[in-house]
Amino acid sequence: MFITAGIIWMPACPGMLPDMLKIENLHATVADKEILKGLSLEINAGEIHAIMGPNGAGKSTLTYTLGGRPGYEVTSGTATFDGRDLFDMAPNERAAAGLFLGFQYPVEIPGVSNVQFLREALNAQRKWRGEEPLSGGDFLKRARTQADAMGMHMDMMKRPVNVGFSGGEKKRNEMVQMGILDPKLAILDETDSGLDIDALRVVGDGINRIMRKPDKAVLLITHYQRLLDYVQPDFVHVLAAGRIVKSGGPELALELEREGYAEIAA
Amino acid sequence: MSALPTRRDEAWRYADLQAVAKLWPLAAPEQLVLAEGEAATRHLVLDTDAGAADIRQITINLAKGAKFSFQLLVMGGHYGRVELDVTLHEGADFDLGAVILGNGDQTLEIITTVTHAEPNATSNQVIRAVLAERSTGTYLGKVAVARGAQKTDSAQSFKAMLIDRTATANAKPELEIFADDVKCAHGAAIGELDAMSLFYLESRGLTPADAKRLMLQAFVAGVFDGAAAEDVLQAAALQKLGEMVR
Repeated sequence: MFITAGIIWMPACPGMLPDMLKIENLHATVADKEILKGLSLEINAGEIHAIMGPNGAGKSTLTYTLGGRPGYEVTSGTATFDGRDLFDMAPNERAAAGLFLGFQYPVEIPGVSNVQFLREALNAQRKWRGEEPLSGGDFLKRARTQADAMGMHMDMMKRPVNVGFSGGEKKRNEMVQMGILDPKLAILDETDSGLDIDALRVVGDGINRIMRKPDKAVLLITHYQRLLDYVQPDFVHVLAAGRIVKSGGPELALELEREGYAEIAA
Repeated sequence: MSALPTRRDEAWRYADLQAVAKLWPLAAPEQLVLAEGEAATRHLVLDTDAGAADIRQITINLAKGAKFSFQLLVMGGHYGRVELDVTLHEGADFDLGAVILGNGDQTLEIITTVTHAEPNATSNQVIRAVLAERSTGTYLGKVAVARGAQKTDSAQSFKAMLIDRTATANAKPELEIFADDVKCAHGAAIGELDAMSLFYLESRGLTPADAKRLMLQAFVAGVFDGAAAEDVLQAAALQKLGEMVR
């Protein structure tokens, strides 16, 4: 290879940056039914990966298993997150270590205000990391910046978590939360579902703005190519029947869109 | 009542009768009378020492157009019981906001009898219970509408949250109506914290205990909203909730 000028972007260059997330031969069950059947995946800092797959492939199970949702049992395999054993940590510890889960269906929690909850959550994370808590003023400044960037009014941030929010507002709220918590790795489960074209662009811009940095990484889980028009992945993987059956570059997403999962995953 | 109650007595069915026996015979109930058009608020925190028992009986008489607002937090002692016997005359208004917070082996009870003796009176009772470990929380609420007490507007809402499967909630909203133009709403629900909501909060970094506390705080907070003693009541409730979810 002969290079005269320019910068080479080598997303998967081992040795430069440690793996952000390394999943090896993961098997997981839900209600005693095996859903993940030997899934392996490696994500380095600075990379955006997309996992695509048909219904029932195990996409949401992967998200919840990595997040530590009760009822999602790891039966074998390992996952290392930023040098730590992911499965050895409770969900809140995973968050404090820098993992963010974007929910396909963000939960409504009556009576609990967005800002109160996020401030407590952020300070709980900081405490776990041995950092000083953020003052009320500093927190509100950060919350306002992130809400503004996503076109969310601060009034909505003071309302109970997701209560009465439209589908699009819930997804924007996920992005505001991600901006405030500033994670290292975001796993975003069908963040594009329920979004119209305009909201899709806003959310896509949010992902790029917050997460496309050399020290961060993203795992996008999606059915469709359309989110990938806004957030361009470095790698695309096809998940079928609980395993990654094919990996490639961004062109694989287009191929899937064109030919369908049945053809590619076969 | 002079004879020691037994399990056969409807109003004492869920009581800790051993604790009751030690307090028996009870002193005469406290009498509270509001004159015509008078308005008053009051709050009571039943925060009996651990292991001790306490029974409070209060008889409340609201004359024509009187308004009484009562906030009640029952959270202390091995056995705690508050009985309210309220009589409303023409156009009177009674408002009860009550919270029961139990853990350990506590038995905590709220018993209300609200009698609409004359027309146009309104009553509203909101009771929330959070019960952990082996505690028992009970709400027995009777609304009686006398013959001729037309245009009565009465509501009772009881909701209990069980933190542990070993805790018990008893609810008996009861209506006895002898008039035909009245509105009497009542509801009771017993449940547990939504697992998905807890996971959502934890996935953002809250510890399991803090996630529970935040949700329980939201569950009971509304009861004392806007009360004169709101700060005192919220602070006491929050402290107890903190102990319950540790």
